[in-house]
Amino acid sequence: MDEIIREKIKHVKKGDQSAFEDVVFLFQNKIYQHCFRMLGNRQEAEDIAQEAFIRAYVNIDSFDERRKFSTWLYRIATNLTIDRIRKRKPDYYLDAEIKGTEGLNMYSQLPDEQRLPGEEVENMELQRYIHQEISELPPKYRSIIILRYLEDFSLKEISDILDIPLGTVKTRIHRGREALRKKLRHV
Amino acid sequence: MSCNNKEARELMHQYLDGGLPTEEENKLRLHLEDCEACQQHFHELKRTITLIQSAESVTAPEGFTANVMNNLPAEKKRMKYMRWFKAHPVITAAAIFFILMVGGMLSMWNQNTELVVSKEEDLVIDGDTVIVPPDVVVEGDLVVRNGDLIISGTVEGNVTIINGELIDDPLENETLMASVGEINGEIKQVDRAFEWMWYQIKNFFRSLFTF
Ligand SMILES: [Zn+2]
Repeated sequence: MDEIIREKIKHVKKGDQSAFEDVVFLFQNKIYQHCFRMLGNRQEAEDIAQEAFIRAYVNIDSFDERRKFSTWLYRIATNLTIDRIRKRKPDYYLDAEIKGTEGLNMYSQLPDEQRLPGEEVENMELQRYIHQEISELPPKYRSIIILRYLEDFSLKEISDILDIPLGTVKTRIHRGREALRKKLRHV
Repeated sequence: MSCNNKEARELMHQYLDGGLPTEEENKLRLHLEDCEACQQHFHELKRTITLIQSAESVTAPEGFTANVMNNLPAEKKRMKYMRWFKAHPVITAAAIFFILMVGGMLSMWNQNTELVVSKEEDLVIDGDTVIVPPDVVVEGDLVVRNGDLIISGTVEGNVTIINGELIDDPLENETLMASVGEINGEIKQVDRAFEWMWYQIKNFFRSLFTF
């Protein structure tokens, strides 16, 4: 996978747009999902995920090929989501909740086989609740919890993605876990 | 029921991050055996992680990739050149060298705009036009730079016109005189090649610097 991406990026750097199309296709679900978890709703997730890919394309020359492309892409996406969260108007949360609920309702009407079964949690309502609780964490904890437990990055990789020291990642993941423990202990 | 053992809390998190040495792990285990509050806390943390991992999954909406591709900025010409130059450094260096060389030649050329004739005896110079009169025979080669040439007489050698052209004698046509100018050698006009080259170079510079 990494080798394929590396080749594709070389072609993109030479100006081959169709190679970039392949890259978008390979990462679209991951990046969209990451944005969805960071932002909590589908509409914003789609906007920001699109924007992340466009930024990656425009700035491809500044990407250092010795590094991991996914790390770089997640960094762009994460920074954009955090910017978006900062720019939200105070009355935003009400809207988001309605929008988010619509999206989730649509989702919960999907036929059973399209759902991804949670190991312990079969209940769609509970999955929604957990998603909700994660997306209400302060962004600096939220991004780390998502990257660690939902995107499966190591702490070292998270430190690269967010461009913060490993020690800070550890402190924040501890606090994030504690915050979620309090919210989820009675589930 | 609570426990103020902050170290135990810290050890739990280190354990969850996978960086706990055996000695410390034993310390944590010993404490957990004795402390129900910490047992409960540890259990809740582990369960929290399991719960987080079961958060809703989503996939990108249909047409996502196509939308991204449609919204990419059209690649600017300049970017294309820059990309190309970066990808082909040797050719770029050669091209720059060529441009400088030709540019240097041109500026030398342009500095020299005065009419120059290789020999002036017996020839008539009328403004920018050099005339070989009907009764004149030029023995050797004739070079005219930055001017036109009318030959009514005879040139025994080669004729080279740089940055000018050979024009017919208007009088000759009007009066239908029989005596046609004669060139016994070859005639060469440099200006057309020069103009073509200049045009090419101007085009190249234009596409490079003025978008
Ligand atoms: Zn204890």
